[in-house]
Amino acid sequence: MAPILRITDLKKTYDGGFEALKGVSLDIEEGEILALLGPNGAGKTTLISTVCGITVPTSGTVTVGGHDIITDYRAARSQIGLVPQEINLEPFEKVWNTVRLTRGMFGKKRDDALLEDILRRLSLWDKKDTRIKELSGGMKRRVLIAKALSHEPRVLFLDEPTAGVDVELRKDMWEIVAELKKQGVTIILTTHYIEEAEAISDRVGVINGGQLLLVEEKKALMERMGQKQLTIELREPLSAVPEALAEFDLELGEEGQTLTYSYDTRKERTGITTLLSALSDNGIVLRDLVTRQSSLEEIFVGLVKEGAA
Amino acid sequence: MNFRAVWAIYRYEMTRFFRTLMQSFISPVISTSLYFVVFGTAIGSRIQEVEGVSYGAFIVPGLIMLSVIMQSISNASFGIYFPKFIGTIYELLSAPINFLEIVIGYVGAAATKSLFIGLVILGTASLFVDLTIAHPFAMIAFLVLTCVSFALMGFIIGIWAGNFEQLQLVPLLIVTPLVFLGGSFYSISMLPDIWQTITLFNPVVYLISGFRWAFFDMADVPIGISLLAIAAFTGLCLAIVWLIFRTGWRIRA
Repeated sequence: MAPILRITDLKKTYDGGFEALKGVSLDIEEGEILALLGPNGAGKTTLISTVCGITVPTSGTVTVGGHDIITDYRAARSQIGLVPQEINLEPFEKVWNTVRLTRGMFGKKRDDALLEDILRRLSLWDKKDTRIKELSGGMKRRVLIAKALSHEPRVLFLDEPTAGVDVELRKDMWEIVAELKKQGVTIILTTHYIEEAEAISDRVGVINGGQLLLVEEKKALMERMGQKQLTIELREPLSAVPEALAEFDLELGEEGQTLTYSYDTRKERTGITTLLSALSDNGIVLRDLVTRQSSLEEIFVGLVKEGAA
Repeated sequence: MNFRAVWAIYRYEMTRFFRTLMQSFISPVISTSLYFVVFGTAIGSRIQEVEGVSYGAFIVPGLIMLSVIMQSISNASFGIYFPKFIGTIYELLSAPINFLEIVIGYVGAAATKSLFIGLVILGTASLFVDLTIAHPFAMIAFLVLTCVSFALMGFIIGIWAGNFEQLQLVPLLIVTPLVFLGGSFYSISMLPDIWQTITLFNPVVYLISGFRWAFFDMADVPIGISLLAIAAFTGLCLAIVWLIFRTGWRIRA
């Protein structure tokens, strides 16, 4: 099946000469959730803005559901919903009116039942006649989502949906995203919160300096790049790592209570068994074992540093 | 043509208008009444009649034009500047609509508002003076054309403006003098010869003259030329708007 979104060698240079996108190519399949991860100024928002028609590409092509965003912009744009990063809402307008406006602007027939359903799902129904300025920040963000969903898009862009949002609301947002995925909506979200990408995405793209450094299945990425750490809690504290254990490259924790061993899950032999028997050979008694997998954050920091080097 | 989008924008803009209905109507009513008190009473007691029309009635077309022109510009410029200012313009840019649909929606709404206000002023004026309208259809047509063309001009100003000061600048610095010097409160023939010639370079003269013709069947310039002038002005504004959207100037990066 053809990808729902195909970006080919997309470049964007702003009038001031700033090269925000330096040839990005990306295919997104229908129904997947892609997280675009990158530091501030990496080109995430420019990428989204260009696909959505807010900025004009310098070169390259983008198709949405097979429709080119320039030559066939009506068909392309009508399939896209956009939740912008900034809370761009008219403060004096009522929730219902602004959601209805979006649906109309996208050329869709009035459908109050559908809008009601969207507002209910976003817990906004009882606020439908409230003026936007009276809503909390989190509620305003929900209004933005409701607007983006009002015209039943096949592709939804969420530009930093949880920036400046409290933990609880962030969890809510993740639930909303999961719910949308169930309905078959393709979601592209940008974030610089790695835990967000980790929690909800199927694939992760890392973008920095206007270039897509990699796009990979989240699991594969974490496995490929994944370092695991085994932390051993000791019954008796050690003052130093014994000579005999030097080959394991162990790290002695604070107050000598723990030993940390790093290993690679991809390798045939992790060396854990050897380590454990070496420990008992040296008369070291264990109290507990903990293993920890490196997070996307560590992978990401590693990648961006590599890119910068 | 995405008619639903045009309607959605128009409707949304009109709800803003109805939300501020009192302000929208009260201010023109009060200012019209003030003009009548100041010009009609103070000056009217000295000028009595202009070419057979009582001075009070004579200034009505000019008064309506004055308000309608200012209202069209401010409504339309604010209408498109506001989304730029608060950021909701993203929606216009990412929606499957073209420039013509955006313009029809915004300019249509702004023109409708000023048309309403023009009619309110006409109603208010008729409380002060006896009015008979010689060519009612031409009067309405002139009013509508003026609303539309100046709303287009306001739309351009709103796109161009980078801040609220600039939004006020053009109406204050250019339009107000043109309207006041355009024969709102006097007949061109009352001016010295040299000023009569200079005045002919003021586009507003043709509007007011044509509008006054619709009321009293008398004009400073032939009605055909008035029509031509407003058609040319509308065409010019349309061309500029078209260029703006074609190039994305000040809207699309």
